Amino acid sequence: MTSALNPRFTFETFVVGAANRLAVTAGRTVAENPGSAYNPLFIYSGSGLGKTHVLMAIGHAAKAIASQLNIEYLTLDEYVEAFHAAIAAGQGDAFRRRFQNVDVLLVDDVQFLTNRKEMQAELLRLTEALQQSGHQIVLASDRPPAEIADLDERLISRFSGGLVVDMGIPDYETRVAILRRKAEERGSKFQPGVLEAVAKVEYPNVRELMGALNRLIAFQAVNDMPINAEAASKVLGIPTGASAAGSSAASPAAASSAAASPDEFSQFLTDVTATVGKAVEAWRARVTEAVLRWEGEGYRTGRLEKLLEQDTPAAVDDAIAAYVQDVERLKALEAEVAVLDPQAAGEKVFRDPDDMDAAEAAAGKVRDGAAPPPAPSAAFPFDSYVAGPSNEVALNAARDVIGKPGKKYNPLVIVGKSGLGKTHLLNAIGLELAKKKNAIVACLSTQAFVDELIGAIDGNRVDWWRARFRRATALLLDDIHLLAGKERTQEELFNLFNQLVDADRQLIFTAPSHPNTLHGLEERIVSRLEGGLVVEIAEPDKELRRSVLERLLTQQRLPREPALVDYLADRPIDSVRSLTGVVQRVVEAAAAQDAPVTAGLAREVLEGAPPPRRTTGFRTSGIVVSSAGGVRSREKMVWDWPAAGDRVIEDLR
Amino acid sequence: MSLVNFTTREITCKIVYYGPGRSGKTTNLHYVYGRVPETRRGRMVSLATQTDRTLFFDFLPIDLGQISGFSTRFQLYTVPGQVYYNATRRLVLQGADGVVFVGDSQARQLDENIESLQNLQSNLLEHGVDVRTMPLVMQYNKQDLPAELILTPADLDDALNFRSVPSFPADALHGKGVFETLKGISELVLKKLAAGSPTV
Repeated sequence: MTSALNPRFTFETFVVGAANRLAVTAGRTVAENPGSAYNPLFIYSGSGLGKTHVLMAIGHAAKAIASQLNIEYLTLDEYVEAFHAAIAAGQGDAFRRRFQNVDVLLVDDVQFLTNRKEMQAELLRLTEALQQSGHQIVLASDRPPAEIADLDERLISRFSGGLVVDMGIPDYETRVAILRRKAEERGSKFQPGVLEAVAKVEYPNVRELMGALNRLIAFQAVNDMPINAEAASKVLGIPTGASAAGSSAASPAAASSAAASPDEFSQFLTDVTATVGKAVEAWRARVTEAVLRWEGEGYRTGRLEKLLEQDTPAAVDDAIAAYVQDVERLKALEAEVAVLDPQAAGEKVFRDPDDMDAAEAAAGKVRDGAAPPPAPSAAFPFDSYVAGPSNEVALNAARDVIGKPGKKYNPLVIVGKSGLGKTHLLNAIGLELAKKKNAIVACLSTQAFVDELIGAIDGNRVDWWRARFRRATALLLDDIHLLAGKERTQEELFNLFNQLVDADRQLIFTAPSHPNTLHGLEERIVSRLEGGLVVEIAEPDKELRRSVLERLLTQQRLPREPALVDYLADRPIDSVRSLTGVVQRVVEAAAAQDAPVTAGLAREVLEGAPPPRRTTGFRTSGIVVSSAGGVRSREKMVWDWPAAGDRVIEDLR
Repeated sequence: MSLVNFTTREITCKIVYYGPGRSGKTTNLHYVYGRVPETRRGRMVSLATQTDRTLFFDFLPIDLGQISGFSTRFQLYTVPGQVYYNATRRLVLQGADGVVFVGDSQARQLDENIESLQNLQSNLLEHGVDVRTMPLVMQYNKQDLPAELILTPADLDDALNFRSVPSFPADALHGKGVFETLKGISELVLKKLAAGSPTV
């Protein structure tokens, strides 16, 4: 369908004169910067003045500069034919796509657009598409756009919006140059003055000039003798008087004005059209450009389209600027929302700059909903966590996790009995993780997790609930065994788990015992928990108890009396929490008696007679326990009995 | 007068050919008239004395048709060149969107050229228009006369064109430079569109 570029038609073989210099310069510029210099470039001239030559030369030159360019040359008729064939074959879209991918499109003989409305529309669409994507279009015609009968005004203005150049009849010097070059190409030699005599005739186009040259070459060949200027004039039927007296200035004056007269006005009209097009329609072009651009990006452009309906271009640029600003804001909102709730980001409210309030409101809603997930408690700093042989493994794992969150042990499951410091360690890790840049650490009890989900289901906001946790760079759940029987939560956690692990986000759980011993947890959850590292915190050993005690005493600003520490550390206390409780009791007792905290007092409190203040007003068992008596530890005694009434009911049951 | 009327979608350019007497202003208009297709031009109004001197003014309306959705009209006027018709000149100049100063290239007419140029400036000032803001081009007519009688365009530029406006050598009788001049002034006038400041 597309004609190949004629290899003889290059800029090098084109004789440039005053009449076509502009067209050639424009052509070269276009070939060097396709799509950016003059787009579209519209070249017009009478028949036989080199339009096709220039068109193809542009193709050659562009190809020489950038060989990867897709360059197509075709005449309008070929284009029409191809289009009709494509439509007949039901391939209209493919046809359009094909041409929209051409980097430099060269269309010849555009004047045949006359009375072809559908082709005009097609060409308009193509021109717009090419311009938009920065592809070059060059058109050639035998008359200016405005002179092509029945040409759509939009096409005229579009063509005029680029560069419209004409190529006139070559002047005398150019004609001589053309004749010399052509004679040389043919290998013919002429006597001096012969070609000049031919050139003096103002042939309306180069083809006729070539015809004259051909006749001379033929004549010279037949007669086998060099022809002189006078004979040449005779052969070509040039009146000798004119050619002899032709001082090259006198004769054309009248002739040229007569020949060029109809053109002068149309040329003027074209120029004015171009100027008006640029001036009046510039703002329209800017608006349309903006509309196309933002429409292409999926934004509603109603506001801009309304501008086009206006007659006055009042503050168009401001309006566009305001629009762009709104779009930027929408983009920002959308980006923000996308992080919080990817689903909400796709909402069309973020594509309508005409309703910014709605967009802001929607973003606000998402923002509110996606408040950061519960953070770890600051009450459990990592350095206050006392290390000892019983929790060494867990602590090392915690350090590894802090060092390489999501990479080393994922998930980390900390198991151990109640009161051994699982929650402390969990929060401590959370606090350390939260110190990292852009970290969002979700640290909460499983119960809170379940409650939040229930609230979200109740408020029909499960999506943002999910989004809220999906943002987390680490998810730390305390007491994972509380998930037992909560099917929906397990389902959600399962999905969340997979997403976070896939994204290398750290997960840490605590449980009272090894995951596979927990009842009510789905197998898929259990297997995932086991897939990471399960570390156990054992009951505090004596060493750990000492450390904890020393720390507790320091915290209470009490003297770290070795006897006291020894006494308390020796007691068979199975958890740090109990140890803390014991210390608390001793301290309270000491405060009540206004006595210093000593080992003796501790023994008295923990083993001896109950503190006097405590006995009064309290129901006791009445059993007096001596420090040396059968009951070794007062801790094991029941100090507070249930209320009598309760007891009665209890008994009755 | 509003140059661009966005409501009625009209562009009207009033272009005044100014210059000393016998410099060829009417000739310019005649040439344009001869080249514009009949359908596009209105009746050329020319009020000339028996000796072909313009008495009042010439008026040539040209309809350029729809351009970018605007019906575009050019109104070409000439002023009477003779010194004593200054009132008419001032009247014609009123509401002009652009001025073509048609100078006579003959060396002996240089003073008349200068005088006319000064007259243009003062008449514009009477209308409250600064000549510097008015689109203006120079045409050096009669360049076809023997070289010994005329000044070259470069000389004339030196003598008259101190504002460095576009200037065109011309031979209005044969049409050389006529449309170039018209194009030059049209571009200047229409460029004011883009600036969005309608002239007086």
